[in-house]
Amino acid sequence: MSATSTAMEVNAEARRILAVSISKLYASRTQRGGLRLHRSLLVSLVMRSARDIYHASRESEAPGAPTPQEPMDSSPSSEEQKQLPPQEAEPAQTEPQCALSPAPQTAVEAEECACDSEITEDKENMSPAARQSRKRRSKASAAPDFLPSKRARLEPGEERYAAPLGSCRVGAAETHGDLHQRVPGHSDDSGWVKTTEIDPLTGTRTETERPWKFEGETGSVS
Amino acid sequence: MAGSSDGNDEVQWCFSQVKGTIDDDIAEADIISTVEFNHSGELLATGDKGGRVVIFQQKPESKNLPQRRGEYNVYSTFQSHEPEFDYLKSLEIEEKINKIRWLPQKNAAHFLLSTNDKTIKLWKISERDKRPEGYNLKEEDGRYRNASSVTSLRVPVFKPMDLMVEASPRRVFANAHTYHINSISVNSDCETYLSADDLRVNLWHWEINDRSFNIVDIKPDNMEDLTEVITAAEFHPNQCNTFVYSSSKGTIRMCDMRTSALCDNHAKLFEEPEDPNNRSFFSEIISSISDVKFSHSGRYIMTRDYLSVKIWDLNMESRPVETYQVHDYFRSKLCSLYENDCIFDKFECCWNGNDSVVMTGSYNNFFRMFDRGYRQDVILEASRDNCKPRSVLKPRKVSSGGKRKKDEISVDSLDFNKKILHTAWHPLDNIIAVATTNNLYIFQDKVN
Repeated sequence: MSATSTAMEVNAEARRILAVSISKLYASRTQRGGLRLHRSLLVSLVMRSARDIYHASRESEAPGAPTPQEPMDSSPSSEEQKQLPPQEAEPAQTEPQCALSPAPQTAVEAEECACDSEITEDKENMSPAARQSRKRRSKASAAPDFLPSKRARLEPGEERYAAPLGSCRVGAAETHGDLHQRVPGHSDDSGWVKTTEIDPLTGTRTETERPWKFEGETGSVS
Repeated sequence: MAGSSDGNDEVQWCFSQVKGTIDDDIAEADIISTVEFNHSGELLATGDKGGRVVIFQQKPESKNLPQRRGEYNVYSTFQSHEPEFDYLKSLEIEEKINKIRWLPQKNAAHFLLSTNDKTIKLWKISERDKRPEGYNLKEEDGRYRNASSVTSLRVPVFKPMDLMVEASPRRVFANAHTYHINSISVNSDCETYLSADDLRVNLWHWEINDRSFNIVDIKPDNMEDLTEVITAAEFHPNQCNTFVYSSSKGTIRMCDMRTSALCDNHAKLFEEPEDPNNRSFFSEIISSISDVKFSHSGRYIMTRDYLSVKIWDLNMESRPVETYQVHDYFRSKLCSLYENDCIFDKFECCWNGNDSVVMTGSYNNFFRMFDRGYRQDVILEASRDNCKPRSVLKPRKVSSGGKRKKDEISVDSLDFNKKILHTAWHPLDNIIAVATTNNLYIFQDKVN
């Protein structure tokens, strides 16, 4: 029992540190003097440690227990993705994307792209049902207060900051850019946009389609 | 001699002066960002977040009181850097002075290098105490005389005037750094200096500002592979071919410029294996080196990471020869320090004149001195409460355990907003300059 509670504490601590790190990365975008490479690198290292420890503690809590919707041989990350409380996933997965796109030279990209390379296999293994679970949740499971309640919007100029050559961020930035544009020709709620989200905890990439303006959605971070 | 004690007597430090406002409301521009004595110790320069440099000069010792050292008074103040805007990247460039380094003095004028995140400037500080008088064609106030009224000629002579100290920028070394400059260091060859940013080290000639040579480049081809950055760099005090740079991973690399033009391959790598017992989320952050300083002898390197000061012998790369814990009681509080951003504070460290004592800052306006010879260390406080001239500073104690003794301060009551990041030690004497957020304290050892 004590082992489980310790694992849960570690788990909670890891999640908290991860959330704090993401908010720091987000806040550093507006810092005077520009993004600090050293500081961004250190924060991303902490994020990685927190993520690794979170994974390890989740495995120790429920070792090898498969979910009915996923193949037995799927990696632990896709299993965790299902179990991960949505309110943690939603703010977590979007902030790194937002934080990264205007700052091609932060070391956080390293982590994200490491996630991307892990993801490609997961995507193939994932069932559609698992993907559906990434849909937006209601305000009842909203993001923690310290994170912005609205999805961070790219400033018009930020898209031009596409990552330098050789960075895997180019594709993601463009996708992310689409997200914030109104679907041409639609002035009501019927436009649909494709969302690509990367969960920093599990490294899983999911693509969903959702209306660009979601009725009834207020507080959840996107 | 500086730093040495008579027999086993401990040096006692006394308050000498404090510079800056008493105001509790601190203007951000007044935050001191660097402190540096010149090579003789006569001048003390400070830089602040507002881009200003203030230079203090020590008055000569009074003949009446030969035992008392002269006070430091303002000698010159000038605006070194202004805020700039990089239009290409839509980034504001802060005017904060990151470092000041004095050039060795060659004539009556003084030269120093000051740098912000992107641009280094060479300043000449010179005195003017005479002016020519007795022009033939000009009146004393500068108006031109009617040429026809001149009936005789005279030679203008120099007459004394009130001392004027002028600071003029002689060189501007710009556009050589993509990342933020963290260090500058003057070479002992009296011709060159280095500047270091997060990923590169450049070599400059003092006289040439439109060209610099890149000597270290740790930028990976793919930025996603980045794992460490350069945090500080310094030239060897007397070997002009040798310099060191520290990294965010806690390593120090020593390079020899004779081996090749690009010193990406180090000559020596100083690294201590990590203690697995101390592993935590924040191990990487606290092992990042915030300052590196050669001893005056050139035999040792001192490094400062978040919790400790380490002394390395240049002849031994495997581990430091001495390690001093500055404030180990914070080790259990790293999570809070991460949340309030204090874990990113970059403390500096310095040697005394004969390399026997080292000093560094901490929180709550505490600073620590470690005597290497006698293995003694002391915690002192820079505080307005202890400002009577020549009053002796009382050593402070921090209690990390449950029971707090009298006169001890509990760890939980330490103020993280009061931090001493910048300290400097007079090169020849027991005089230290300690910068709190916006005040500069000058202490000296007690003279009998």
